[in-house]
Amino acid sequence: MKHLLSTAALAHADALSILDTAEEMSAVSAREIKKLPTLRGRTVVTLFHEDSTRTRISFEAAAKRLSADVMNFSAKGSSVSKGESLKDTVQTLEALGADAVVMRHAAAGAAHQLAAADWTDCAVVNAGDGTHEHPTQALLDALTLRRGRAAAAGVDPRGTDLAGMRVLIVGDILHSRVARSNVWLLHTLGAEVHLSAPPTLLPIGVEQWPAVVHYDVDAALDAEPDAVMMLRVQAERMGGAYFPSAGEYTRRWGLTDERLAVVERLPGPARDGSGAMILHPGPMNRGVEISSAAADSPLNRVLDQVSHGVSVRMAVLHLLLSGDRGPDRASETAAPAADPSPDRSRS
Amino acid sequence: MSTISQPPHAASRSADDATTPVLIRGARPYGDAPTDLLLRAGRIAALGEQAAATATHLAEDGTPALTVEAAGQIALPGLVDLHTHLREPGREDAETVETGSRAAALGGFTAVHAMANSTPAADSAGVVEQVHRLGREAGWTRVQPVGAVTVGLAGERLAELGAMAESSAAVRMFSDDGQCVHDPVLMRRALEYVKAVDGFVAQHAQEPRLTAGAQMHEGAVSAELGMPGWPAVAEESIIARDVLLAEHVGSRLHVCHVSTRGSVEIIRWAKSRGVDVTAEVTPHHLLLTDEQVRSFDPVYKVNPPLRTAEDVEALRAALADGTIDVVGTDHAPHPEQAKECEWVDAAMGMTGLETALPVLIATMIETGLMDWRRLAEVTSERPAQIHRHAHLGRPIAVGETADLVLVDPAERRTVRPGEHATKGRNSPYAGRELPGRVRATFLAGHPVVLDGAPATSRTGRTADRTVAP
Repeated sequence: MKHLLSTAALAHADALSILDTAEEMSAVSAREIKKLPTLRGRTVVTLFHEDSTRTRISFEAAAKRLSADVMNFSAKGSSVSKGESLKDTVQTLEALGADAVVMRHAAAGAAHQLAAADWTDCAVVNAGDGTHEHPTQALLDALTLRRGRAAAAGVDPRGTDLAGMRVLIVGDILHSRVARSNVWLLHTLGAEVHLSAPPTLLPIGVEQWPAVVHYDVDAALDAEPDAVMMLRVQAERMGGAYFPSAGEYTRRWGLTDERLAVVERLPGPARDGSGAMILHPGPMNRGVEISSAAADSPLNRVLDQVSHGVSVRMAVLHLLLSGDRGPDRASETAAPAADPSPDRSRS
Repeated sequence: MSTISQPPHAASRSADDATTPVLIRGARPYGDAPTDLLLRAGRIAALGEQAAATATHLAEDGTPALTVEAAGQIALPGLVDLHTHLREPGREDAETVETGSRAAALGGFTAVHAMANSTPAADSAGVVEQVHRLGREAGWTRVQPVGAVTVGLAGERLAELGAMAESSAAVRMFSDDGQCVHDPVLMRRALEYVKAVDGFVAQHAQEPRLTAGAQMHEGAVSAELGMPGWPAVAEESIIARDVLLAEHVGSRLHVCHVSTRGSVEIIRWAKSRGVDVTAEVTPHHLLLTDEQVRSFDPVYKVNPPLRTAEDVEALRAALADGTIDVVGTDHAPHPEQAKECEWVDAAMGMTGLETALPVLIATMIETGLMDWRRLAEVTSERPAQIHRHAHLGRPIAVGETADLVLVDPAERRTVRPGEHATKGRNSPYAGRELPGRVRATFLAGHPVVLDGAPATSRTGRTADRTVAP
């Protein structure tokens, strides 16, 4: 794996390798000294053409815990706002010694273009491109789902996928890179994906996705999902006549207190009626797509998602930048006891 | 060559008369049996045995003909493109009349119609006369300016259509191409008004509200790529409206670059009702689909967008059966930086003049959907008839204008945009092998292309823009 651009192109084995490496990275993050030497001397640039403090800080934390040097480049106040092309920006960053570029961009496909063009040899990590994909978000969601089920069953999550899980994604699917990345990744990992949204916020062509679509969110909950992922809905969508009012959206698609009561009684990953997991990519709009009670519910995994984000991003940077040394080394340095297999790749 | 002594503006009959006669040996008109053709004084002077005999007489009289060996090559009437963007005036970094018309000659086009979206727009007699004059001075192909329908292509008020019609450019085709004349009242008035100048309106059918921010065809691929979609209905609804308007006011409508199966069905219905409508398809919509967008390479960004394989199939069938009348290239060169950027910021359009014939051979001839005669209709005869050019798009026969192209259908070449004459490097076929090569193009009997390379223009220019000795 040279780049991480999308989950649509991510093979089952690669996805599992990232998730299993992320488990090792989580162990590091639980230590008092949260640092590994694996990327010492390597430089990671976060190139953000769109504001996203959360994602940038998560990548920065991930790179620093691997001892990489981090350069932050944000479009605001930079040469980009003066009309510099992406090509020139990236070549400048490479000349400054970047080994990996983590890019957030408003344009769909920007990360693909960077990886496909002969502008740079850097590893490219897509940190969100327009409404196309946000692969590390889907990976951290998958890690959260996998850990949730493993914890409920009292087993080790490593090596497992999401086969048999049912995940419901609710909200603005049309404009959501998170939804797209999740649909492909969760399907690849064996989960059954359900979607619920107003018809105006589902793309034309959604019927060809590997997902079950419900206009009625209550009918979707009747299908007993193991997890419910609420997407942020943006008030400005009302301007495009996607739905009549925030109030109507909340009544029909929001995770209200009444629907929270339903979610709390679902069989859930433990299959014992202890409720489904609630996920949200953040930041939450309390009172719009999610009620305050649902946001604060013990079923809500939002903070787990944040910490898993760092683990997943550590795993991705590690695998991309030290991939030639093999994933065994991660196991060896991250958690020596975890993998007893001898490292044959060193000579 | 003696044309050099002529002032550029005088490149008409007198220049034709002074052109060296050309004897084409062994070419196959429309793919039929091989024959010889003699071109003299701008016309096809003789065919068959008569051609060689006349050439011999001329040589004895001291005017030896240029002999072009054309064994195995197909002779076709010179191609006529109703849809070309030459960018001059205003965007000479993208293309000039000189480079664009040389690209046209290399593609086998003996006439191109220059769309009005230049800067300033071709919405006045002054601009269309300028483009017309630049075309004559270049002398590689006939450049017929298209006039804007509305001032500045802004869709608000009619441009002076009468003044452009009466100008020396004699504009008959009016189009806001690039923009849709979306206001139904304005479109009605334009259709009515052009009747007075024997003109027609060529519509770029795109409902603007349904395509705000649109980046690609709306369907399965756009759903996956997360790009704002460009629904087929945005094109089809305008075509449906316009054919009804054309019928109501009794005027002539030409639909530019039809791209969907539904558009084909509406046009077929309108023609069956007797509406005076003609339609065009581009080479790229006959070959490429929205699957190409998965690469995110902006070379595939074009308006109207690349559609689905089902649409491509319907367009090919419609071109073969006559529902679609003509092929128009929509040649749209852009400077490198307009394409070497993020998809959303990239300019729309592809080059097409130098690849049109190979794409048509691949999609229509090699598939068995049409023969060379039908190809000549859709690339030459019908477009000339639509514009009512009396002497263009004529059959290969004695006495007709000697606008001819010789094509070697057997030669297959890999497209290398860097070798093209157009300034645009935005060819979607880069690296793709396509069949057929234009070996020679004759413009009123003058060889503007020989051996697959630019020779001299009718005004004596060569490819490096010097005047030939």
